[in-house]
Amino acid sequence: MDVFAYLVAAWIFLAGCYGLATSRDLIHAVGCLSVCQSATYVLLLAVGYRDGATAPVFSDLEPGARPVVDPVVQALALTDVVVGATVTALLLALVVQVSKRHGTVDPDELSELRG
Amino acid sequence: MDHILIAVALVLVAAGATVAVATRDPARQSLVLAVLGVLLAVLFTVLQAPDVALSQLAVGSALTPLLLLLTVRKVRRRGQREGDDE
Amino acid sequence: MSPRTRAWLVAVGGSGLAALLVAACFGLPEFGGDSHPYGDRAVEASLAHRTANTIASVNFDQRAFDTLGELTILFAAVLGCVVLLRQTRDEHRARPRPAEVDPPVRRYALLVLPVALLTGLYVVAHGQLSPGGGFQGGVVAATALHLLYLGADYRALERVRPVGLYEVGDAVAVSAYLVTGVAALLGGAAFLANTLLPHGTFNTLSSGGTVPLLNAAVGMEVACAVVVLLARFLDQAVEIEEESGT
Repeated sequence: MDVFAYLVAAWIFLAGCYGLATSRDLIHAVGCLSVCQSATYVLLLAVGYRDGATAPVFSDLEPGARPVVDPVVQALALTDVVVGATVTALLLALVVQVSKRHGTVDPDELSELRG
Repeated sequence: MDHILIAVALVLVAAGATVAVATRDPARQSLVLAVLGVLLAVLFTVLQAPDVALSQLAVGSALTPLLLLLTVRKVRRRGQREGDDE
Repeated sequence: MSPRTRAWLVAVGGSGLAALLVAACFGLPEFGGDSHPYGDRAVEASLAHRTANTIASVNFDQRAFDTLGELTILFAAVLGCVVLLRQTRDEHRARPRPAEVDPPVRRYALLVLPVALLTGLYVVAHGQLSPGGGFQGGVVAATALHLLYLGADYRALERVRPVGLYEVGDAVAVSAYLVTGVAALLGGAAFLANTLLPHGTFNTLSSGGTVPLLNAAVGMEVACAVVVLLARFLDQAVEIEEESGT
């Protein structure tokens, strides 16, 4: 269990990278990029986890009564989830433009067009 | 007990990510990504991060797949029209 | 580059990266360990400013400047989408015909819509108390609005969603965030410092000083941004067509 969580994050990242490199469709590539992104959330939250701790929300918890997990990494992951989605939207807008200009979304065909 | 739950959630997420990458058809992939979003939300909940889980649930299971599907529809519709013209 | 060389390159680079990542995993602090110096200090600082949800405190108080950066990325991304997905000269709009919706789908969508919208607003409003906040609630409220597309049709959605208004709302929300930061400067403190308002009673809606204000600004910005984004993509997918034969 010690490093299992970190290894899973590494696996997700590598899987996403593999998908990106071998993708035949730009929309699929954007999907793979969002898989890569989720690896960073898994890694961050795994680093911030503390055994036997609860969420760092004190609305129904006496401060100091129980240990809490690290809130800083959670704040980092939280903002990135939403901002990452809008960046994904920007990439998809670029894909729509590419398909309008070149009539294809296959990266291989696109590089042939240019060459 | 906590560790078992976390380990199960981690395995599910890893499997979901692998399937999402291996699904080559973007329309199907967006559905797998929606499932992956829910799995990630479950993992974040057992990692005691309800804020991130809520965020992931809203974005990962609804917004991102929807945007992907709309892009697929746009690109496919273009492809069909060009096919008709020829 | 031929596919063969590329496959080799991916294999070599990927295995190198994998080896480095695995080595790094064994160098990270132990999973579930007890040493979180930054986390402990963040909790203390949050309680000192009477914010019950530490994550909201980190986002909108201790690291408010960082959140401003995130907001700028969000704003720029939305702006980029609006520019990229505009209607160009060689395109025209085809009005979609009103489609028949199955009565059960319609009933369910129209039943869930107000509940989802209210949930989104609740999540924004209680950001500094319970899990949630502007980022999550904004997305929930904005996507809830699009249940109308499922339940009724595209025209009904367009009537309740004047996109121009949401674009203005997006910009106003970013400005509100900036103005709150500048107000702290005028008050003689650092930019975005949480000194402007009394910190209030712990665990009430008005606690946390400027945290609820910044939280509300972010909620508005995210909700408007998502509505604008989905509107542009729906436009492209449903309405805008290229002139045939050009």
